[in-house]
Amino acid sequence: MATPLTLKELSKKEILLTSGHRMCSGCGAPIIVKMVLLASDYPIVAANATGCLEVSTCISDYTAWKIPWIHNAFENAAATLSGVETMYRSLKKQGKIDKEIKFIAFGGDGGTYDIGLQSLSGAMERGHDMLYVCYDNGAYMNTGIQRSSATPYGADTTTCPAGSVIHGKPQPRKNLTKIMAAHDIPYVAQASPSNWSDLVKKVKKALEIKGPKFMNILSPCNRGWRSRTDDAIMLSRLAVETCYWPLYEIENGVTKVTFKPKEKKPLVDFLKPQGRFKHLFAPENENMLKNFQEMVDKEWGVLLKASGTE
Amino acid sequence: MKLKGWKNVNPGAVCTEAGSALQFKTGSWRAYRPKWIEENCIQCLFCWAYCPDMAVNVKDGKMTGFNYDYCKGCGICALECPGKKGNKAIVMEEEGK
Repeated sequence: MATPLTLKELSKKEILLTSGHRMCSGCGAPIIVKMVLLASDYPIVAANATGCLEVSTCISDYTAWKIPWIHNAFENAAATLSGVETMYRSLKKQGKIDKEIKFIAFGGDGGTYDIGLQSLSGAMERGHDMLYVCYDNGAYMNTGIQRSSATPYGADTTTCPAGSVIHGKPQPRKNLTKIMAAHDIPYVAQASPSNWSDLVKKVKKALEIKGPKFMNILSPCNRGWRSRTDDAIMLSRLAVETCYWPLYEIENGVTKVTFKPKEKKPLVDFLKPQGRFKHLFAPENENMLKNFQEMVDKEWGVLLKASGTE
Repeated sequence: MKLKGWKNVNPGAVCTEAGSALQFKTGSWRAYRPKWIEENCIQCLFCWAYCPDMAVNVKDGKMTGFNYDYCKGCGICALECPGKKGNKAIVMEEEGK
């Protein structure tokens, strides 16, 4: 198990999500799933909340998954998987199974921040031995870019369109990672596909911990973010470097920032390549840009304080 | 590949064959094609790690080319490719030219 973490070593493992899935060209979600699955040294059973990932990886009778995978509904990926995990524990007790199996639930931000929040909260509270991975692309991309509670401040979506009355989403994003940390579960982390080694290490760590775990991973979506198809990794890197999406983990209540950018870039570097923030660069919306930068700075400051690395 | 009608799908829509999506070739979506220039390749494998379609072939820890049956031509590999001395090992070319 103690193989060094290099791409060369990882590439010798089989990827358990196959080609031929129907995610959009340049989507961030399959990159995340691939990395999560590669990180595991154990057999995995996965559940999926409804969302782009679920819809596009299992169309009709054709599945892209090479692991046992279950889809139930939008709101209950965590509840479904907690049932599966409980059954596994029972079978183990009865001596009908002796394999060490890990359970991972995947959900988009719609299925995690909004619709699936109650079942996720319940599963975490009951203490099921599972990892919940949220790939956060910041809106209901699957149904046509409707705002969710993960949509960032000022972003243009079809249900909060930028125009003369409102200028994109008026409210800031909900901080789900903190909400999950407030459940006092053993492990909560935030990751980004651009920092693959950080992501893989966090998944490995999470799978070794017994009990409920939660990971929030930024997933660029070129359709919804109105960006180019080739910049998923570049944008997630900018999100990390501007501290819009700080990389950190909270293990048993102890906060640790796992990546501190050498030089914190201005937030506009992250916003500029995205069409959903285009209107923020109009002269009359200058104060919105300022507000947004202040929000990010404040959150980063709080995080640094919590981790004691101010 | 022909999609099955609802009468022919297993009860509960259970898929019994793992990874059967491989029968669906997504390569036809591509408008730009990645071209691998071997002499500029430093084998960093970023293209493999960041490919959303698992369309980068790797053998024994070395990149060996693309699987054009599935590559959707997003261009992430070309953008992330560090290349050698500023020369990219992956460039995107327009399809059909």
